[in-house]
Amino acid sequence: MDLALIPNGVQRCSLKTFTSWAVLWIVLIVWGLVSAFLVFWKGLNQTNMNHYFAFGLWIVFDLSLIALGAGAFFTGFLTHIIGGIFLYPFRDNLRAVVNAAVVIGFICYSAAIAMLGVDIGQPIRGWFIFWHANVHSMLTEVSFCITAYLGVLTIEYLPLILSNRKLKQVPEFNIFGNTLHHIVALFAAVGTFLSFFHQGSLGGMFGVLFGRPFAFREGFFIWPWTFFLFIHSSIAAGPAFTLLCIWVAQKATGKQLVTRDTFTLLAKISGWLLATYMIAKIADTIGWAYGVVPRAGLSFMDFFQAPYGVWLIIAEIGIFGIIPAIILITPKYRERENLLVIGALMNVIGIVLNRFIVTIQTLAIPVMPFDRFMTYFPTWQEWGIAFGSIGYGILIFSLSYRYLPMFPQEPELNPVEVLGTVVTDSGAIKRS
Amino acid sequence: MFPFVFEWSWQLDWGRIVFMGLLYMVLGAISLGMLYAFVMTWLKLTGRDKLYERLWLRFPFTLW
Amino acid sequence: MKSKDNATGTRYGMVVDLDKCIGCGVCVVACSSENNVSVLYDESDKTRNISWLKIYRITNGKGFPETEAVYLPRPCMQCDNPPCVPVCPATATRQDPNTGTVSQIYTRCIGCRYCMAACPYHARDFNWYDPSFPNGMDRYLSPEVSPRMRGVVEKCTFCHHRLMRAKAKAYAEGRRDIAQDEYIPACVEACPTKAITFGDLNNPKHEVSALIKSPYSFRLLERLGTEPKVYYLSTKDWVRRMADNYLEGEFIDRP
Repeated sequence: MDLALIPNGVQRCSLKTFTSWAVLWIVLIVWGLVSAFLVFWKGLNQTNMNHYFAFGLWIVFDLSLIALGAGAFFTGFLTHIIGGIFLYPFRDNLRAVVNAAVVIGFICYSAAIAMLGVDIGQPIRGWFIFWHANVHSMLTEVSFCITAYLGVLTIEYLPLILSNRKLKQVPEFNIFGNTLHHIVALFAAVGTFLSFFHQGSLGGMFGVLFGRPFAFREGFFIWPWTFFLFIHSSIAAGPAFTLLCIWVAQKATGKQLVTRDTFTLLAKISGWLLATYMIAKIADTIGWAYGVVPRAGLSFMDFFQAPYGVWLIIAEIGIFGIIPAIILITPKYRERENLLVIGALMNVIGIVLNRFIVTIQTLAIPVMPFDRFMTYFPTWQEWGIAFGSIGYGILIFSLSYRYLPMFPQEPELNPVEVLGTVVTDSGAIKRS
Repeated sequence: MFPFVFEWSWQLDWGRIVFMGLLYMVLGAISLGMLYAFVMTWLKLTGRDKLYERLWLRFPFTLW
Repeated sequence: MKSKDNATGTRYGMVVDLDKCIGCGVCVVACSSENNVSVLYDESDKTRNISWLKIYRITNGKGFPETEAVYLPRPCMQCDNPPCVPVCPATATRQDPNTGTVSQIYTRCIGCRYCMAACPYHARDFNWYDPSFPNGMDRYLSPEVSPRMRGVVEKCTFCHHRLMRAKAKAYAEGRRDIAQDEYIPACVEACPTKAITFGDLNNPKHEVSALIKSPYSFRLLERLGTEPKVYYLSTKDWVRRMADNYLEGEFIDRP
């Protein structure tokens, strides 16, 4: 039925199968929309946030999505900026994943911005951040950069959308898409610049809180160490997340979408970045434990109280940090697909855990000695928005996969043989 | 964000200069890129793109 | 972002004598009614109710015969180096360079709650619900203070409207100075035991400037560098110790 929209030289499941797959995710989106409606209508009392937990699940999700969406800028940077020179042998590998990385980035950023729109108490005043911008606030910097970067991602996504078989037949779209594709390096450069700063500022947001010794860090000039740690960790997690998404897409479609050495390359990049990040993170933790903490009159263990115990930091640095780094940098392990995927998954979990700790634990720990220690669990409305964004992401990714030539290597890796029929450009089926 | 916002101050605050300067550079780069894409599309559609093959305008993008 | 002139300018501050405080809560009631603080449907939800001034009960943690409890009223600390002001993305909160108090612009606040995450004193409250003034409470609203809408952060202002009133009076009488008694917040006025003193910390004519030099004076979480302008007095060592975090052997009892 939608055969005319499906890219040339590839095979897709029937529309019926696709629709039943999509319905699954539309249900999540509806859950999210109902939750968003309730929050807009009744206010943030629909959540379990309170004066102690001013930030909750949504901010954790925002930080995680933005960190995982870093694959877009970093792959774009590798492909379009330094790919031509330093990574020349891997040009084809990078080209094979850059589209998918852009789509993932677009999903992550649009979902994060939508979630932030629900999260603020007065959504109608959201534009005040831009209008009455306080340039000294890290959050201002984050807002400006993620908004501008979402624009850049949309521009990077456009050539892919316009290369849909039906849209391509409109000459205006075709030429516009091609022209945009020619100057994609410019947008990749701008995106790299913007991402560098907002990934950092998200970390800086917590690093500057000198009233919260758990989050506070010294740093370089106006940037606390968390600024650099967040950039580092996001570029470590981004390629791993791209790898995971493509791997899941391969399993879901039963097709090979990129060559195996592409996975190896992504894993290698991610692994080495994670390994260096782990060194930086451990150094930062030690520096913090012997600097900020005793100066605030606290000891390391004061920050780890049930349920946010010391196991969290062991899980973050040890289990989901050092282990995936070892898996991903060791060629022997990287070559085994199971270990490769487990390594990438653990990498991603580690970064999400880091964002969780930075957000929730910072707020959970009482600073005044006589204050109470609070815990927090989200309501179904909060989960709804979070899962709604996941559903939205999977739906957009599936639609892009179905109708857009997202993986340039796919036709090559999966030659179509439809029993003597050839699907032409116009979508007509000819029998030979 | 804009000089016509009533709180805009022209005082020499380095944070503001750097922040706003970089912001407008980025926005400028994005708008120029889009402008280029629109103009080139229009030129190609009207069959005048041969003229621009030689122009310096294409130079920076041929680097990549 | 320290206020420009900590040493010489006007810096309004407060001294709370914890030895005099009996924890009656009159200051809280006075504050709430003076500043049109709205009421929750379930006011027992202390993690979401709005109280600019909150009273903490702290104990020395000892068993029956030696148990001691102290009530600690905690308004906004009106820090000289406020953690909340530089973080606001929409410039909805600012520190008045003339008085040192930190104010909130309710109609500009977007409700991102970043300032609440920044404040270690939990001095900022978010309006989780639509404001409500049930059972005719709306007729007691003060016309001098704007009520706050849902989804914004609000905080103690040291009864800023009272300063405006005092200034207007002084101006009408051709004076520039405001005497100590002319401007005091509602909590100070209401306190039955006169535990709270208010004034300009830099003005030697004001009582507070002498009180803060007392060996028994201390501030909350002084080590973080927020420079609060609310001081406390207590002759009890354990109370002073509870005001901040100390490592083993760091806190030295005073005479």
